[in-house]
Amino acid sequence: MQSIERAAAILRLLARGSGRLGVGEIASSLGLAKGTAHGILRTLQGVGFVEQDSETGKYQLGATLLHLGTSYLDVNELRSRAINWADALAARSGEAVRIGTPLEGKVLVVHHVFRPDDTLQTLDVGSLLPLHATAMGKVLLSYDADLAATLRRAQLESFTRRTLLAPAALTKALAEVREVGWAGEVQEYLAGQASIAAPIRGHGGLVVGAIGVSGATERMLDGKGRPDPQLVIYVRDAARAVSRDLGAARW
Amino acid sequence: MAQRCVMSIDQGTTSTRCMLFDRRGQLLSVAQREHQQHFPRPGWVEHDPVEIWRNLGRIMPQALRDAGVDIADVVALGIANQRETTVLWDRHTGHPVSRAIVWQDTRTDALVTELAARPGADQVPERCGLPLATYFSAPRIRWLLDRKPELRERAERGDVLFGTMESWLIWNLTGGPDGGVHVTDVTNASRTLLMNLHTLTWDDKLLSFFDIPAAMLPRITSSTSDYGLSHRIVPGIQIGAALGDQHAALFGQMCFRPGEAKCTYGTGSFLLMNTGTEPARSKNGLLTTVGYQLGEEPAVYALEGSIAVTGSLVQWFRDSLGLITSAPEIETLARTVSDNGGCYIVPAFSGLFAPHWRSEARGVIVGLTSYITKGHLARAVLEATGWQTREVVDAMNADSGLTLSTLKVDGGMTSDNLLMQTVADVLNVPVVRAMVPETVSLGAAYAAGLAVGYWPDLEGLRRNWHRAAQWQPRMDPALRVAEYRNWQRAVELTFGWMRPDDPAPGGGPR
Repeated sequence: MQSIERAAAILRLLARGSGRLGVGEIASSLGLAKGTAHGILRTLQGVGFVEQDSETGKYQLGATLLHLGTSYLDVNELRSRAINWADALAARSGEAVRIGTPLEGKVLVVHHVFRPDDTLQTLDVGSLLPLHATAMGKVLLSYDADLAATLRRAQLESFTRRTLLAPAALTKALAEVREVGWAGEVQEYLAGQASIAAPIRGHGGLVVGAIGVSGATERMLDGKGRPDPQLVIYVRDAARAVSRDLGAARW
Repeated sequence: MAQRCVMSIDQGTTSTRCMLFDRRGQLLSVAQREHQQHFPRPGWVEHDPVEIWRNLGRIMPQALRDAGVDIADVVALGIANQRETTVLWDRHTGHPVSRAIVWQDTRTDALVTELAARPGADQVPERCGLPLATYFSAPRIRWLLDRKPELRERAERGDVLFGTMESWLIWNLTGGPDGGVHVTDVTNASRTLLMNLHTLTWDDKLLSFFDIPAAMLPRITSSTSDYGLSHRIVPGIQIGAALGDQHAALFGQMCFRPGEAKCTYGTGSFLLMNTGTEPARSKNGLLTTVGYQLGEEPAVYALEGSIAVTGSLVQWFRDSLGLITSAPEIETLARTVSDNGGCYIVPAFSGLFAPHWRSEARGVIVGLTSYITKGHLARAVLEATGWQTREVVDAMNADSGLTLSTLKVDGGMTSDNLLMQTVADVLNVPVVRAMVPETVSLGAAYAAGLAVGYWPDLEGLRRNWHRAAQWQPRMDPALRVAEYRNWQRAVELTFGWMRPDDPAPGGGPR
């Protein structure tokens, strides 16, 4: 793809010398039309790979490039961007909402909204949930091949007799999640409980977390014992709304 | 599918928003437009009232369209507004005589100093519950009238009208020059320095002290009342309620009983406590204000503590120090350490507000040693908001004779879990976040819906209120006492920094 090659060339150019170039300098160095260079720079700026100096208008490499390998979305930032959508999901679904990101082979709960029934509940932000036995975990595994690979090597813990332990069963479940775009879990972690989750995507569709609801099976499931379709719609709508806020264009 | 709903307008400092809510208090749609901030001179802040009125003309129809709702399905409109912002306009043409003078504007500094030296100045707080300060509306009206003698004549004839933003919008909605209703709600009136806190009417002594003609003032009504029907933009909607924004938030947070309090954490923070049907006099630097008044019922009073710098300290940490790239990252940075390392930041950037009211104080960072990292500074930033809340709550408990048992919170900073835990720890009471993203708008909607019987009563509203999160205090009591003492010592170090003959740093007035 030509535009990606050109973008790579612009980044190489900026990585050299003083590292601060105007759009005209970049265009002439690479033999591009100024409009073409400008379009690529705008896109690179959107994803944080280049930054523009507000006074001189010149471009330089963005801070994001320096820590590409580390987590690119701060979990507290994720919570702050998702909080209104998570509240709306809890209000609509009547269930507790959690947002999770992967941490050390587990799901780290980064946000928790109480079930809106005014019973006593405890905030469990910071706690860790199993990847293979929760809907949020299955979502995170489905879109992260490395994470799924580490899990295949690990001894999976059994929580109930319905916990998925066989690698083949888990692989099949994850393929289904990718196909339908959401994950469900019925009494695989806690007896009498079920959960539904969908991916939160950032720029370019990269999955940065999962948002989901969980609660008693009698409220979470339909007559056939499958996750309630209306709840699935609520969860997916919320996930899409957060993703749009984070800059994921297509979802 | 059409459903009956309530519309609310939140006319705020930077934008105006229109929202629709259903019977369960759930948001159906939001439409928003920002308006321009004018800074003609240092310390001056103005808004164009015509621009704000025109914005209403766009957002009200848009909110209806987005929700797929007809005008006929809207049972009532509630208005919440930025408080103390002052508009003067011509009754016959509908044209404002100048731009609105915004609550942040300090142009009346010299006028207020001069007024404070006059006989009768000591009666001002006694009559209206507020200190004589630039913050409130009356000095702004006086300043405008003093500038043009012909304006005063027209005001005395009732040809020029005064209003805060809700008055301006209601007058325009109900017809403008063509029969517009000139009213203000009692909570907004309680922020002018002109209303008697007991009679809830314009106070003759205060009017003569500020030399403001009664003919230009709106009629004071209850927060929920029949304000009239809209004739313009969205004809035929019953205007059922108006409240100042912080009062609407108190209402939206269901603080209906004495001792119940909410704090809205934003750039600055506003803590209001319901004190019941008698005004509580403050001996500790708080404002006495009307919380809300429903129809013919007695007014419910509140104590208010305003903290100037809370979220803006995080912004300063991000923009001026560059130690974080987004505000929520303050929590990530603060969690890299387990305590403040002995460091305290008191953000008295332009003096201290409640409960100290020291305009000469300036900020300090104390306890610096070579051990201190940016993580400790981040902790100190969050703790500053916690301890400032504690000072206001202590003052409230002392003034009201009530004891805060739970703090309800809203606003952008409530997404910071470490901050909310810190607030619970330093107050030693549970902190509860309501499952409502927009308590100001919801409060105005609730009041309006209540006025027309869409919701039967306050208990009916309570059923819509849900807890989204709760933080329990878990700080060691001895540590709490020791840390509070350290904070208070740090605060004392800020006092007396500015002197009248100091040249302004950085080449300009602060």
